[in-house]
Amino acid sequence: MRTFLIRCIALSALVIFCTTCGFLSGPSADGGKRSVSLAGSTSVMPFSEKLAERFMLDHPEIGVDVQGGGSSAGIQACLNKTVDIGMSSRELKGDEKVLTETTICYDGISIVVSPKNPIRNITAKQIRGIYSGRIRNWKELGWIDREIDAVTREEGSGTRAAFEELLMKNENISDRIMVQDSNGSVKEIVATDPYGIGYISLGMLDQRVRALSVDGTVPLVENIKKKTYHVVRPFLYLTLGEPSRPARMFIEFILSRDGQAILRKEGLVPIHG
Amino acid sequence: MANGRINKEVAIKWLLTLFALSSLLFLFLIFAFILLEGLPLFFKVGTSNIIAGFRWAPTKGFFGIFPMIVSSFMVTLGALVLGAPLALACATYLSEYAGRRTKTILKPSLELLAGIPSVVYGFLGVIYIVPLIRECFGGPGFSLLATSVVLGIMILPTITSISFDSLMTVPAAYREGSLAMGATQWQTVYRVVLPAARSGILASFILGMGRAIGETMAVIMVAGNALKIPLSPLEPLRTLTSNIALELAYATGDHRSALFSTGIVLLVIIMILNLIANFWVKRKVAG
Repeated sequence: MRTFLIRCIALSALVIFCTTCGFLSGPSADGGKRSVSLAGSTSVMPFSEKLAERFMLDHPEIGVDVQGGGSSAGIQACLNKTVDIGMSSRELKGDEKVLTETTICYDGISIVVSPKNPIRNITAKQIRGIYSGRIRNWKELGWIDREIDAVTREEGSGTRAAFEELLMKNENISDRIMVQDSNGSVKEIVATDPYGIGYISLGMLDQRVRALSVDGTVPLVENIKKKTYHVVRPFLYLTLGEPSRPARMFIEFILSRDGQAILRKEGLVPIHG
Repeated sequence: MANGRINKEVAIKWLLTLFALSSLLFLFLIFAFILLEGLPLFFKVGTSNIIAGFRWAPTKGFFGIFPMIVSSFMVTLGALVLGAPLALACATYLSEYAGRRTKTILKPSLELLAGIPSVVYGFLGVIYIVPLIRECFGGPGFSLLATSVVLGIMILPTITSISFDSLMTVPAAYREGSLAMGATQWQTVYRVVLPAARSGILASFILGMGRAIGETMAVIMVAGNALKIPLSPLEPLRTLTSNIALELAYATGDHRSALFSTGIVLLVIIMILNLIANFWVKRKVAG
């Protein structure tokens, strides 16, 4: 019994010792720099992962590590040099501007409702009315007498920042609007609630929700290219100073014809034609 | 040889003491970090602007969490109103009426209920309770009511097991005396056993409140997270815990500190609840 106890204690001590050492030696282990690390916007992350998969097929010697965390966290990590590339779905502010921006593609923000909702078109002014709390009933948009269940994203989200900048102008989003912390959960609410309305990344659209035309323009890749659909934001890759060789190769791949084709297939808008 | 054994004994004792104290160390570290990250903002923008402030827009310099404090208490009370009577009934049945066989089935299944991860409760809430409320009562479904129902179920095991324990400590002589006086079993339970276990039952309610106020995942999923204080059970709300979890991913600078400040307020509330519960339990022992 006693030996068993001693062994247990020795083992746990060993485990603690090893993990501590692991933590301490972690950063120096990949000194070879044959890897690229990315972190940031959860809107950009899924597409970066797709691109990384393809890139690693062509360059098996380079490992690409993609993490989320959000635009602000990605910008911070890039400033601290914790990652090679920061991903952001919002514009840089103030002293963040020391970072070099590379626009990898554009993403539309689509206003979505349930497929059961007969409304097809909404004006920017009506959107502003709904989210500022002035318009509360679907009757005011020409549908039935039922309250609007509007959903927004949480404070700090890149999608929310873009939505506020492009559609809310100087008005605040009302405190009665529901808040969800991802494109996915906004879509889930709108898909299940016939009276819901929300906004998500164009790349996240599917049959379960219906995208409304804004001021008469359907949110389609062509309309974004023709600049008739205006609720658009850039997806940015950020670097600090001279990027490492693998990081530069990864960015070059994304800007290449192949990389852009992958983004187009995912429903995003490529940077050139 | 004997000397070596003693040394080993001493070494093991110290090693175990060290491990035991590590839990204290973790508690201290958590406290220190939350205070270190959250306190500066209290000095910067003023305690009253945080605790009594109505507007939460941390990226624009407003850090009021008063609506969330109120909402947290509202869901907690809602959960207690829905869950406590059920839990108390369950505990009373288990200790006073249930035979040995029923007890061996009921007790473990309650413990199993406590072991279900909160995300599962949240998921079931989103799939079944939210649409049900939306269709039957109107509103978006994500609401005070939905959250109270989910939390009410989640605190069942906590309240039941602690109430059960305190009912079991009521001496058998009380029951025998009451029954010998010609009281029926229900009269005995209602007039003698429950009052005797009163302080333990109250403590179980307080601990249930602590569990409800600290729950995060399930609440985020069903509460709707709107910033306003709900004026009806069908309106959405945001609690202190969900505020932290919802926004932490994207928060930087003062916004991040504000979330830690939310954590400090939550910590204080939970500490007060635990102190009250401890006080009641102690009184029971003394009385």
